[in-house]
Amino acid sequence: MTSSTPHLATEIEAETGINPATCYQCGKCSAGCPMASESDLRPHQVMRLVMYGSRERALQDETIWLCLTCETCSARCPNGCDPARVIDALRELARESGQANMPRNIGAFHKAFLEQIRTNGRLHEMGLVMDYKLKTGDLMKDVTNAPGMFARGKLNLRADRIDGVNEIKRIFEQCGVTP
Amino acid sequence: MTTLTDEVAAPAEDAAAAKAARGLAYYPGCSLHGTSPEFDESLRAVVEALGIPVAEIPDWNCCGASSGHTTDHLLGVALPARNLALAEAQGFDRVLAPCAACYNRLASARIAVAEEDGLAERMPEILGRPFANTVEVFNAVQLLHEYGPLIEEKVAASLAEPNPLHGVKLAAYYGCLLVRPPELSRDDDPEQPMQMDDIINACGADDVEWNMKVECCGGAFSVSRTKSVVRLGRSIVEDARRNGAEAIVVACPLCHSNLDLRQKAMTERGEQPLPILFITQVVGLALGLPAETLGLGRHFVATEPLIKDLVARAEVRVAEEKRLQAEAEAKAAARAAKRAEAEKAKAAEGGGDAAPAVPKAEATPADDAPEAGGDA
Amino acid sequence: MSRIGVFVCHCGENIARTVDCAKVAETLKDHPGVAVAEDYKYMCSDPGQALVKKAIEENNLTGVVIAACSPHMHEKTFRRAADQAGLNKFMCEMANIREHCSWIHEDKDEATAKAIDIGRTIIEKVKHNRPLETIKIPVTKRAMVIGGGIAGIQAALDIADGGHEVILVEKEASIGGHMSQLSETFPTLDCSQCILTPRMVEAFQHPNIKLHTWSEVEKVDGYIGNFEVTVRKKARSVDQDLCNGCGDCFGVCPSKKIPSEFEAGLGNRTAIYVPFPQAVPNQPVLDRVNCTLFKGRRKGLAKDACGKCKEACLKGAIDYDTEDTFVTEEVGAIVIATGFKLYDIGKDQPDGLKGYGEYGYGEVPDVIDGLQFERLASASGPTAGAILRPSDGKEPKTVVFVHCVGSRDPEKGMSYCSKICCMYNAKHAMLYKHKVHDGRAVAFYMDIRAAGKGYDEFSRRAIEEDHAEYIRGRVSRIFRDGDKVKVWGFDTLSGEQVVIDADMVVLATAIRPNDGVKELAQKLSVSVDADGFINEAHPKLRPVETNTAGVFVAGACQSPRDIPDAVAMASATSAKVLGLFSSDELEREPAVAIVNEQTCIGCMRCELVCPYGAIEQREVCTVDGHVCGHTAYVNPGVCQGCGTCQAVCLSKSVELQTFTDEQIFSEINALCAWE
Repeated sequence: MTSSTPHLATEIEAETGINPATCYQCGKCSAGCPMASESDLRPHQVMRLVMYGSRERALQDETIWLCLTCETCSARCPNGCDPARVIDALRELARESGQANMPRNIGAFHKAFLEQIRTNGRLHEMGLVMDYKLKTGDLMKDVTNAPGMFARGKLNLRADRIDGVNEIKRIFEQCGVTP
Repeated sequence: MTTLTDEVAAPAEDAAAAKAARGLAYYPGCSLHGTSPEFDESLRAVVEALGIPVAEIPDWNCCGASSGHTTDHLLGVALPARNLALAEAQGFDRVLAPCAACYNRLASARIAVAEEDGLAERMPEILGRPFANTVEVFNAVQLLHEYGPLIEEKVAASLAEPNPLHGVKLAAYYGCLLVRPPELSRDDDPEQPMQMDDIINACGADDVEWNMKVECCGGAFSVSRTKSVVRLGRSIVEDARRNGAEAIVVACPLCHSNLDLRQKAMTERGEQPLPILFITQVVGLALGLPAETLGLGRHFVATEPLIKDLVARAEVRVAEEKRLQAEAEAKAAARAAKRAEAEKAKAAEGGGDAAPAVPKAEATPADDAPEAGGDA
Repeated sequence: MSRIGVFVCHCGENIARTVDCAKVAETLKDHPGVAVAEDYKYMCSDPGQALVKKAIEENNLTGVVIAACSPHMHEKTFRRAADQAGLNKFMCEMANIREHCSWIHEDKDEATAKAIDIGRTIIEKVKHNRPLETIKIPVTKRAMVIGGGIAGIQAALDIADGGHEVILVEKEASIGGHMSQLSETFPTLDCSQCILTPRMVEAFQHPNIKLHTWSEVEKVDGYIGNFEVTVRKKARSVDQDLCNGCGDCFGVCPSKKIPSEFEAGLGNRTAIYVPFPQAVPNQPVLDRVNCTLFKGRRKGLAKDACGKCKEACLKGAIDYDTEDTFVTEEVGAIVIATGFKLYDIGKDQPDGLKGYGEYGYGEVPDVIDGLQFERLASASGPTAGAILRPSDGKEPKTVVFVHCVGSRDPEKGMSYCSKICCMYNAKHAMLYKHKVHDGRAVAFYMDIRAAGKGYDEFSRRAIEEDHAEYIRGRVSRIFRDGDKVKVWGFDTLSGEQVVIDADMVVLATAIRPNDGVKELAQKLSVSVDADGFINEAHPKLRPVETNTAGVFVAGACQSPRDIPDAVAMASATSAKVLGLFSSDELEREPAVAIVNEQTCIGCMRCELVCPYGAIEQREVCTVDGHVCGHTAYVNPGVCQGCGTCQAVCLSKSVELQTFTDEQIFSEINALCAWE
């Protein structure tokens, strides 16, 4: 950490309005987190790293990408800390600083998803899945489901493209997001 | 008839009338156009049956779902905000977003723009269109809950047809997006929500008390991290089954596809799969709409066995009711006949005060003889 | 011509660090009317006071300005010194250059300039001071204690033992409070009833204590030394002079399924009842809400639907037609000891609280609160002391104790720590393990706060000797799962999620002020904090006084308290009360409003705005005794010197003796003139 880098807690507070020091490490968030059993860090530990200013560990951990954003943690937090919002902000910081260590699949999914929106304005699920498969190389996964989906009218072959697709491109630009 | 002069004379009234006629702006979202057409079909059928006018927002765009706000907070607000701006431009003040994920994003965007510093001022620039943040967002559960009394009334009125849902045990599953953050659950309780349960009961079915109402199903990890979805979904399905549910009712296409499409992977011991129904399909069934209209054939966990069973149970129930009714009628008739006979007998005997003798004779025929004798 | 002495204090470094005290003295020396100005390191010390006294005597000073700390701190000290030197003590004033200046500024030049300005304003004020006399008011040497829990009983006994009469008012049918519900008490595990009931009896039999149970304070008039309290004696339907406490009445009462408040809902009582067998007085009350006869009367039945208790009473003590009565008690001091209630674990929450849906809203029968556990563990409780769970009466083999439910939770509960739960949870875990040897006691906690004599040792004993499993983490969810209660928690120390299939869960819910405290506080003109606890006058130096003179506070109505704390506080209030009663007259500062009867037009706007009810209308008579008009009159005993009347007076006829318009304007002028 260089001297010009602000403390992680300060940066998170500026971005989210949440003061990480309000977390008193009670663990209620982690007790109810549906992904706690699968991730290295639990919500209260993420909060602790932010409070402590442990930038690299917080931004480079895979955990922040395993968050389902179900917001159980934030809804039950007794002190109004909103760990889900903090984790959202950490993901943004991680991407901006190039430290994101997101599992390949999840990263590919988000990327494919946003590309779909940027080009069509809407999500074309068939296109999303194809794009995702190309990105992950996991071509055979869920292939068995495709005919079933198709038969049930759940897969559109044709992408819906909205008229205002340029407005969507503008929004992406204005937000500084390139999928 | 509204004439041009009327419009000029009473613009306010006319605007109100026009608003009422236009009803709700409808934001279907990508899933209802893609993987969950049955939610769209059943919703449209149900609002038509209930007489709620809805109009799809022209040229709506994807709300960004979790990928949007997961990637960038501002993007996660701006994408849904464009849809609110479109509805606003059309003069709507309410948007129906049946998909729980879309509802969550649209409603959260509305709150963020209202509460976060400077966002309201920046939004028109980001969107490239005017935006005053005046449109309220509703989901399918909130809308149907509002119409609960009407649903109950209509279900009762169509009793000529047996209601297949009568007495069926349904577990209302809310998941995350309808109840969190807690302010999105509005009048409902975010920890123990009841609105969907109320709708189920209004349909004549019975809601199940169970424990996984607001636990997460794995949401957007359906494709990218299936193992998590299977683990989480299993605990939901198992708890519903343990508490006697015959089907799980949802209002979210993500929950639906996780629990429906992935249920095969969740069941290990060859249990009967639990059908996953959209709340709109449940209301549609209660209103007597045909299964095809409600898209009940589109599920991976087949709904036909349950529906067949329900129809059969309803037939048995109706037959039983009919039998009981016939029995009761027969009994009443027999009683009447006996009474008439007794009266006739008494008249024939030229009996004195017949009145007390009649009930006695009816209650205990054995007493009849001495008393009649006494009379004689 | 004024001859004023100015004395600038350094307060060690507190003032001198940011204010050039010598310069202040030097500058003020040249202020018109100042005869002498000096600075000194500690003006409040003996040599400092001597310096002031000497200057008064040598210079024949007409006024003194002490430029030092807040008048709250040392005004009394310096006024006493002035008095000793022969100067009327109200000619001595403080110029606050510490709290108002040195402590809040950094720049020395600017702070010094400001200190000089402050000095000037007070010098100008003192020029217009008049010699005043202290006000003397008589004292009624009787006290009232409101609330008959352990704090109230202790305060009443101490005051009564000091030789003064005490009126003890209790809203329930018996004194004893929550302590009478407890099983055993930490950290010694002695039986609560065994140490409390003798005190209850002592209070009952004490010749100096008059007991009003089933009674509430209706109205309070008067002021320190001279309160007049109206007590509502709620209709008991039982004549206390005739009743001998035989219990025949509740033996025959047909309404037997009313949840008992004393048993925290785990047991039932009848409609006519004594709360518990050791009740004091041991005389029943009739609960008219649940009584069959009164239910019938409310429905308008022509004939009474019951009457069994009256028939059964051989003493003829029962009378269904009694009504609430009022008694007025004259007292000189009042002690508030109204105690606490627990944060309700149910769904319907008072005061805009949200309740705990994730913990089942108290609808899971085997999820109980701490007081309910006390009743289960109590030998006099519904299970005779056996730990049996409410749903099926089975002995629970795994019990989970959850700390901080509603405490330290600004989102859904109270932001404060309830202080006593760590200790009673440790006690509960211990009692459980002592009774169920093969049982498992698991406690989820955030921090163990066991500060007190023998407290930490006690909570360690629960862990080390009784093997209670302490897990550091809050619980996310509690729900019924078959005949188990599922608890989802987290061990933040090992970093693992913990799921426990419990048989019973005990929630240590927050301590909250009792119902009705806000209304009572209003009647007594005392303030409550944001959570509804009674505010003490000063958190450190006046912990048992309130901001209304003569009204004191003891026990958990002021903040969560355990028994030793509540008892200590109660004894402290009694020391205050006995001190108050030690003289026949009270001296009060003359910081009160007076009315100029010559100019008062009798509009009585002042009476409307006076928050203390100190103003009344008085007739003005001609020499021959005819009423010719009326004016306002300020009762100096009641007036608190707030000045509200002064602000609204149309004819400028009322002013505070110590803050006249003339004085205030002089202060303002001083600021403007020397800029």
